[in-house]
Amino acid sequence: MNFDDTPQEAAFRDTARKWIAANAPKEFEQELSKSSLGRIRLAKHDMVDVGKAWQKKKFEGNWACLHWPKEYGGRGATPIERVIWQQEEGVYGKLTQPFQIGEGMCGPTVMAWGSEDAKRRYLPKLAAGEEIWCQLFSEPSAGSDVAGLRTRAEKKGDAWVVNGQKIWTSGAHYSDYGLLIARTDPNVPKHKGLTMFFLDMKSPGVEVRPIKQANGMQEFNEVYFTDVVIPDSQRLGAVGEGWSVSLTTLMNERMSIGARLATGVPEMFEFCSNLMLEDGLAIDDPAVRSKLASWAVKSSGLKYTSYRAISALSKGERPGPENSIGKLVSGMMLQDIATYAMDLQGAAGVLTGSDEETVHGQFQQMLLSSPSMRIAGGTDEILRNIIAERVLGLPGDIRVDKDVPYNKIPTKGR
Amino acid sequence: MNFDFSDDQKQLRDQARKFLAEKCSPKAVRIVLDGKAPYDKELWKGLAEMGFLGVAIPEEFGGAGAGHLELCVIAEEMGRAIAPVPFSSTVYLAAEALLIAGSEAQKKKWLPAIASGDAIGTLALFEGKGNPAPKNVKLTAANGVLNGAKKPVADGAIADFAVVAARTGSSGRDGDISLFLVDLKAGGVEVKGLTNLDPTRGQAEITFKDCKAEPLGAAGEGWSILTQVLDRAAVLCAFEQVGGADRALEMGRDYALDRIAFGRQIGSFQAIKHMLADMYVSATLARSNSYYGAWALSTNAAELPEAAAAARISATQAFQHCAKNNIQVHGGMGFTWEFDCHMYYRRANAMALGLGSLTYWEDQLIDRMRKKNAA
Repeated sequence: MNFDDTPQEAAFRDTARKWIAANAPKEFEQELSKSSLGRIRLAKHDMVDVGKAWQKKKFEGNWACLHWPKEYGGRGATPIERVIWQQEEGVYGKLTQPFQIGEGMCGPTVMAWGSEDAKRRYLPKLAAGEEIWCQLFSEPSAGSDVAGLRTRAEKKGDAWVVNGQKIWTSGAHYSDYGLLIARTDPNVPKHKGLTMFFLDMKSPGVEVRPIKQANGMQEFNEVYFTDVVIPDSQRLGAVGEGWSVSLTTLMNERMSIGARLATGVPEMFEFCSNLMLEDGLAIDDPAVRSKLASWAVKSSGLKYTSYRAISALSKGERPGPENSIGKLVSGMMLQDIATYAMDLQGAAGVLTGSDEETVHGQFQQMLLSSPSMRIAGGTDEILRNIIAERVLGLPGDIRVDKDVPYNKIPTKGR
Repeated sequence: MNFDFSDDQKQLRDQARKFLAEKCSPKAVRIVLDGKAPYDKELWKGLAEMGFLGVAIPEEFGGAGAGHLELCVIAEEMGRAIAPVPFSSTVYLAAEALLIAGSEAQKKKWLPAIASGDAIGTLALFEGKGNPAPKNVKLTAANGVLNGAKKPVADGAIADFAVVAARTGSSGRDGDISLFLVDLKAGGVEVKGLTNLDPTRGQAEITFKDCKAEPLGAAGEGWSILTQVLDRAAVLCAFEQVGGADRALEMGRDYALDRIAFGRQIGSFQAIKHMLADMYVSATLARSNSYYGAWALSTNAAELPEAAAAARISATQAFQHCAKNNIQVHGGMGFTWEFDCHMYYRRANAMALGLGSLTYWEDQLIDRMRKKNAA
């Protein structure tokens, strides 16, 4: 058991560190370090533009999508090298946000199921940040039950015609391509009638509408499809095999371990270390200390759980669904921390502006945003089901619609 | 980076698990639970023969000279089996105190006897209510003579010797405390067994009346040595707690698969599934924090104080959580003496207090994190 780099790892770290020192956009360093909890705020620049420039530079230096094969724009790096890169990239890693869905989910799916031509055409551009990808899975009536989706794709000659609606699509408004799962056969049970495609988001008939979220921001979108034509060459996997293809996507999401997961603990620790209560510093208050300690050990537990997963990965073991605990633990923790920080602020806690008493409303923002952490990418309840079923081996839920043809499943709207 | 135990260490863990499955079944634990024996003497002998008691004791003192990582994997299995033997008192507390502060003669006298299973040791620190703190040590030592009483002392009634924390000054500083080594079979010692939450590990009150004792470590260094001993023990106990938590989770899972109600396995209800999933989350976080503690312990890293506190808190919470909800999954049967659930519930809650309460360690963690941040 050790944390030391092997000589090869140390050499890799050194090379990465030197390259970053010479190439990183240092003018944004301060703003990026101040952007906490996955929210990037650059005063004078568009985050996507700055992100694209950094991604392009990394690509040219051979540092983009490190774990991808070289022929598709990656570096063929080992899992440990990828982690070392993330550690060295530090605050600049925050700029990768617009590319994470592409690198972590869409790209690997194209790699596993796409034709050689498609891989060579799309993956290097994705790695270079020239083309951004989004993932079109969820629908208004297919969230946790994503296999119940309604968007139809009908074969017309050599192409497919798509009609329907997707929702909660992060980054659709700045994406160039999308990974789309659609129903191609409503006469068979729901998991069996799905097919995976990718499409140009600028195709005629695609309409992206931003969703105003509960926290007042607009990061997600609704995407409407009206007679959108997708060539059959942009199908991934066989017709009717979409569900299996989607599992590749979701499994790759779990492979992106060591990912930066905000817990709110460093922010809370700092806040409590500086906050004066009536009897002294908050961090000297026994009740505050007890809560802080419980959060701190959850946060360190997550960190070392990911280290264990990385170690397993480096030995060639496949990371399992046990990595689901990351989001489950951190989502709830963010919400609890935000609530408690505001409790400590007392009356001023209600303010959401740039007031000094609330440290510029950072916990208020956390409070308003945290519900999405517990829903997006698998709700807390779905994650618990996954742990219960796939890790602990408990029986699956009783699925009354499992063997019923899709068009015979009772729904509210039909 | 390799954040895992080695293949040899994993093999040792398997070996310990197999040995304990054979020699320390719940039936065997119940002999002590029911008060028919103060501890499992046969098992203790077996642990000595397997080399487990002296795994982290250097060869020159009769041990296997392996190391703390090896002791961690054995600790996990001891916790899993809720072994009714004075392992933590003797191996984590007494032996570690001797290793840190013992003179050559003291180590020669006691460590080989620990490794061979001939001597049971313990730490006599607490005096009634309260957590580890110099101000809570009232027992006095003057000219090597102890006066005062300690309670509760884990395994005090079966111990051959004790490391005793005593007051040798009154300045109000840590330097007021010194440690002493006491042969409990000699004069001036009165031992009384106490009933406690977890009868598979006894507790006692030990009264010292003009009891002669030899110093362990330098005078006035007692608190600093104790802090180190408690940190090491915190990591080792965390592994026992992780083992216990895992077993409680398994028991709950197995019962949920076996028990039928409303025409289906109760493990198919989300209320039960989610409860078990949450237990898994606690147990996983505790295991990961404990691995970090093991690394810090085995390398004597500067991070040990913080790592030990984190492991202690996380493992305490996980074992309590899993043991509690294991009973809930079992329903009424979980509340019977006949089912083993309560043995884990008792052990979890007794262990939560043994080295200082959860609140105490939370307090320690925050202090240590602040120290690190300030540095």
